[in-house]
Amino acid sequence: MGFYFAQLLTGLANASSLFLIASGLSIIFGVTRIVNFAHGSFYMVGAYLAYTLVTLWSGSILGFWVSVILAAMIVGVIGLIIELTILRRIYHAPELFQLVATFGVVLIFQDGTLAIWGAEDLLGPRAPGLDSAVRIMGEPIPEYDLALIAIGPVVLLAIWLLFHKTRWGVLVRAATQDREMVGALGVNQAWLFSAAFVLGSFLAGLGGALQIPREAVSLQMDLSIIGEAFVVVVIGGMGSVSGAFVAAVLISVLNAFAILIFPQISIVLPFIIMAIVLIFRPHGLFGKPGSEKGAPEEPDQPLALMDQKSAMVLMAALLVLALSPLLTADFTSVLMVDVMVATLFAVSLHFMMGVGGMVSFGHAAYFGVGAYGAAMAVKFLGLGMISAMLFGPVCAAMAALFFGWFCVRLSGVYLAMLTLAAAQILWGVTFQWQRFTGGDDGILGVWPAKWASSDKVYFYIAFVLCVGGILALRRVAFSPFGYILRGIRDSQTRAESIGIDTRFHQWMGFVLAGGFAGLAGVVFAFSKGSVFPDSLGIALSIDGLIMVLLGGIHALAGPILGAGAFVLIEDWVTRLDYWRFIFGAIILIVVLVAPDGIAGGIQRLLRGLKGGRA
Amino acid sequence: MTNVLEVRNLSKSFGGVQAVKDVNFDLKEGEFLALIGPNGAGKTTCFNMLSGYHKPNTGSVSLRGQALIGHPPRKIWRMGVGRTFQITATFLSMTVVENVQMALISHHRRVFDLFSRATRMFVDEAMALLELVSMQDQAGRACSELAYGDLKRLELAIALAHEPALLLMDEPTAGMAPSERFALMALTAEIVAKGGVSVVFTEHDMDVVFAHAHRILVLNRGELIAEGTGSEIRTNPLVQEVYLGGGSVFEAESAHA
Repeated sequence: MGFYFAQLLTGLANASSLFLIASGLSIIFGVTRIVNFAHGSFYMVGAYLAYTLVTLWSGSILGFWVSVILAAMIVGVIGLIIELTILRRIYHAPELFQLVATFGVVLIFQDGTLAIWGAEDLLGPRAPGLDSAVRIMGEPIPEYDLALIAIGPVVLLAIWLLFHKTRWGVLVRAATQDREMVGALGVNQAWLFSAAFVLGSFLAGLGGALQIPREAVSLQMDLSIIGEAFVVVVIGGMGSVSGAFVAAVLISVLNAFAILIFPQISIVLPFIIMAIVLIFRPHGLFGKPGSEKGAPEEPDQPLALMDQKSAMVLMAALLVLALSPLLTADFTSVLMVDVMVATLFAVSLHFMMGVGGMVSFGHAAYFGVGAYGAAMAVKFLGLGMISAMLFGPVCAAMAALFFGWFCVRLSGVYLAMLTLAAAQILWGVTFQWQRFTGGDDGILGVWPAKWASSDKVYFYIAFVLCVGGILALRRVAFSPFGYILRGIRDSQTRAESIGIDTRFHQWMGFVLAGGFAGLAGVVFAFSKGSVFPDSLGIALSIDGLIMVLLGGIHALAGPILGAGAFVLIEDWVTRLDYWRFIFGAIILIVVLVAPDGIAGGIQRLLRGLKGGRA
Repeated sequence: MTNVLEVRNLSKSFGGVQAVKDVNFDLKEGEFLALIGPNGAGKTTCFNMLSGYHKPNTGSVSLRGQALIGHPPRKIWRMGVGRTFQITATFLSMTVVENVQMALISHHRRVFDLFSRATRMFVDEAMALLELVSMQDQAGRACSELAYGDLKRLELAIALAHEPALLLMDEPTAGMAPSERFALMALTAEIVAKGGVSVVFTEHDMDVVFAHAHRILVLNRGELIAEGTGSEIRTNPLVQEVYLGGGSVFEAESAHA
């Protein structure tokens, strides 16, 4: 009995830290509608700052708590600087651009932290005065855990008072409900947004700083917490602080008990809980419909078939690509295979997002399932290359069929979060199910058939599959199926009222996009000869989003340009020290200079040139 | 003449509010019927039940003998009910003609066609529909650039694409200039006169209603309180009570006209 009570207390202590970071995220989302990936970085920087300050004042009780608060305040100031210099310029950009911009910030912070504090994990001192354990029902409970359990509700109460008893808080709640209306009432939104951002980053910093006595400070803290924080925010309802509290307690306590029964589940449990909650309450426990929408987007221009000139340019480009292995060294062919794989992956993601209006934060799941499907077909079923290449995309489509059924019940950010959950669940299964997937060691020895094993021959196989896949998806975008899919994105009401089964149609769109992502995964697996859980990971999903947004979401050519640029930049930049910093800076520059992506930028340039001539 | 639509004992409550209470009416073939009433009278709720967006608590609706209740909007559309919306709903990222083509593609059950070029399908039919609403000159324009009145006419063309037996128009002239209102309703009246489709519409502008409707139903607090031709409704004391608290503006208006 005592053991279970101790487990409950551990769960509650975890819930407090999770609540602090998630509440900040929720406040920022509620007011600014920005899905802030950099929130995990604030958390991490808070921990590092607190580590430095605490070691400076080691031993004193007052010094510890002052350090924690001071670290959180510095993070608040950092948040303010980021809000003023970056986010303020992109509030009116599409949501995904904001997401990618904040991911650029994540990369910059990773290298910034590495430069200042080094790559070693840092183990902070215990909290002075709270460094022993007390016995509760015979079980030792760290005193610091008890302090954390108290801190969570105290912060919740403080935020509640702030939101209900101050004018500023009332404005924040009003803005969470209807941003336009608050603006129309003459409230200075810029100031409100900055203040909300400072509060949110302060809370993230506080959450990080309070972790010092419990865990080592490391460079992986940012991305390891952000997924879970998103889950908490989504379960609680976007913008709801009390929702975040309930969700944090729910997840942490369930997790504390679930690991007793089935230790492997902890990686996927939060995501499973989120999926279940979203199916029954599509806007989270305390969320309201409508609170998910960001700035209204400009409607797309109608699609136009390529004119003859562009078609000729495309043909010429394809010809050059097709002939490139004859003219260049082998490693260029290998790089070009990477470009083609990335392009097909980005085009399939764009089909889902741009054409279908379904934003996916977890598209890598289907890429990875395709890759693993092929690898396992080779390893366990003994299939040859060709049949394995057919088998992979079918697996990916089946996975998309399963997860898509849940996802298309939602829309907007919630749909995106459910795709993320699906991807994390698949990743968790792949990571843990060592007997079949090899776990972290992956599956090795997935080589092409003998006749296809030279780099040049494999280049042509990849060329046929990837270019074929891209052209096929493009064809579908112009077909009745694709047009209706865009129609559903434009107006669900109208689509329904011309006899379309909108959910079913979106579901099939999801499956198609998943299948083609799987094809990209298959080509990838055979070109590398191995597959690892990374190929289903968040990082790859975000790479896909960056490619699509780098190219421009409103143009069909966008993902092609974006993926090409992405792989080439990455190939160049990763050879440098502090490449994350450079890469993040490039992302930010693109976002700030060309919010409509490369394709949009080129279009504007052409229009400018034409205008100049006339 | 036969009845296209028969509505019997239709009721709907939201929580404790009785939005529609025991409504009965018929629609004859080729009829142009107005459903009027003050704000909150239950007009839109009636429409939403007829087109499948809400499920009534009780009652039945039959379209040429087929029961409509219990089917989702898309099924009801296939049975032959077209609909326009109070706030226009169109595919903004497409051109005018593409919007109509989408309805035709759905009507001809080609939505899962993955290979044809959507923009090349049913072009003649789509243009004929646009001509019907005098939008043929704007066929190639992006829908997002259209004036509001033109969007309403486009919606009408979309709603007629599957040759519906019944057309439901929810406040078709809301947000339009007075001259545009008459033009749109005159156009609709013409389409009705050509035969094949019967129309139920809701409307706040009484001039429009009296000028075009064959017959008028008056809803108040969810109940039908009157039914008749324009002149019958104008002089109905119960209707005057509801609308004006006892004044007689309708008489003055008709004297104007």
